[in-house]
Amino acid sequence: MNDNTPMISLQHVDKTLGGRKVLDDMSFDVGRGDSFVIVGGSGVGKSVTIKHIIGLIKPDRGHVVVDGQDITTMRPIDLNRFRRRFGMSFQEGALFDSMSVFENIAFPLRRHTKFTDSQIRERVDECLDMVHLEGVSSKRPSELSGGMRRRVGFARAISLKPAILLFDEPTTGLDPVISDVIADLIVEMDRTLNTTTVTITHDMKVAFKIADRVAMLYKGRIVEEGTPETFQQSQNPIVQQFIQGRAEGPLTE
Amino acid sequence: MNILERIGRVFIRLFEETGLWFRMLVRTFVWTFRPPFEGGEWLRQMVRVGVDSIPVVFLTTMFTGMVMALQTYNGFHRVHAENFVGSVVALAMLRELSPVLVALMVTGRVGSSMAAEIGTMRVTEQLDALEALATDPVHYLFVPRVIAGIVMLPLLTILGDALGVGGGYLVGVKLMGANPVIYEQNTYQFLQMNDVWSGLIKSAFFGLILTLTGCVRGYYTSGGAEGVGRATTAAVVSASLIILFTDFFLTKLLF
Ligand SMILES: Nc1ncnc2c1ncn2[C@@H]1O[C@H](COP(=O)(O)OP(=O)(O)OP(=O)(O)O)[C@@H](O)[C@H]1O
Ligand SMILES: [Mg+2]
Repeated sequence: MNDNTPMISLQHVDKTLGGRKVLDDMSFDVGRGDSFVIVGGSGVGKSVTIKHIIGLIKPDRGHVVVDGQDITTMRPIDLNRFRRRFGMSFQEGALFDSMSVFENIAFPLRRHTKFTDSQIRERVDECLDMVHLEGVSSKRPSELSGGMRRRVGFARAISLKPAILLFDEPTTGLDPVISDVIADLIVEMDRTLNTTTVTITHDMKVAFKIADRVAMLYKGRIVEEGTPETFQQSQNPIVQQFIQGRAEGPLTE
Repeated sequence: MNILERIGRVFIRLFEETGLWFRMLVRTFVWTFRPPFEGGEWLRQMVRVGVDSIPVVFLTTMFTGMVMALQTYNGFHRVHAENFVGSVVALAMLRELSPVLVALMVTGRVGSSMAAEIGTMRVTEQLDALEALATDPVHYLFVPRVIAGIVMLPLLTILGDALGVGGGYLVGVKLMGANPVIYEQNTYQFLQMNDVWSGLIKSAFFGLILTLTGCVRGYYTSGGAEGVGRATTAAVVSASLIILFTDFFLTKLLF
């Protein structure tokens, strides 16, 4: 695979859910090693978009191509194997509530690596350390706060050091300091491991810090895309309203 | 017109769901032989299906055996055939009552809880998380549960056989005053190995049906907490119906 092909490419994706056309001819590319940030209003289809990238939702029309392979036409067994390249953290955490925090993070390591128990323990501790969680590894997810759960989900996503990371609102509900820690982590993984990341966020500060490119999702497609600088200076009234968080404007009409 | 349409719709749904059920059966079968094998998870499910069901099985089959003896004794007494009570109880328990009753009780206990468990995982996106971690839910959740059902139900049925026959003996001998030696002799007299086998084979099928139905119902849950409730009820109702339905055809097939 040559280096110019994008790592992730959505091509003319349509998706109707619950009688509503959520994605309407959505297309975008994410380059190898890039950090791509998607912003947009609540309920606009950001989570649906990110689930298309890992094949949890199949498009009604169009294609999703990851690392040169069309995952929309892949056999389920191949898709299952292909997903080892991904790590994903979910908006609501989606931790396995029958397992402890430790077992949650160890789960992908146990299944997809030949790590010994001590190597697994080491890696889990390392991941928990990175998200600044201590002394929680034997707790159940139900004993954690929302923000802690989100960080455990984040730790589980990165534990295998995958080539592609998808984060659905990784910093929502976290205090500003921990938000910044998570943002730094994403930047660091992009630099040191050359990970391709797609992050959904409402936090413009985080967005501009981690992004190589920012895209704004509106009415089922990307209406504006650019580097943090060009995005910030966009003349698009939708983008301006969103960045400034104003109540009046095209978004609320 | 309206009513015909409704009936038609019910049948279409029935066909669809049957198709879905068999598709999941095939998927479960295929994944059973693919690594990694989660030994610990298999064991945990066997305990859950088998060991934890012992008290329920104990009470159900024992009392059924006792009632059987009581009823047949009363009836047979009229034609002076009391001696055959032991045979009737043993035949009925081994061939029919123990496998079916055990299966229905375990459906209520375990099939429902599997539907609720997997249904909750669906509505909290834990199934999506499993898939995102390159783990097929059928592989990780269905396979250990279905295997546990197939292995443990025959074992529970053996226990049920023994308790049912034992309960019948207690009532026949201690309560109705039958001759213990004759009663025991009559219990074994007409039994063939085939009676034991047919019951055990049936119960293995029932174990497959009740676990798979619970899993499938949970897997296709939608609509939050209410959806989980619906999936749970549906799992028990449809598994019970399929069990009774299959029972007839298996009995016909196995004599
Ligand atoms: N499984 C589903 N069934 C029906 N409709 C759905 C489903 N999933 C999402 N939707 C609809 O798709 C739309 C987009 O949902 P999505 O979760 O992607 O929003 P979002 O952009 O992530 O919002 P938020 O920022 O609040 O998380 C919503 O209107 C939602 O109602
Ligand atoms: Mg969302």
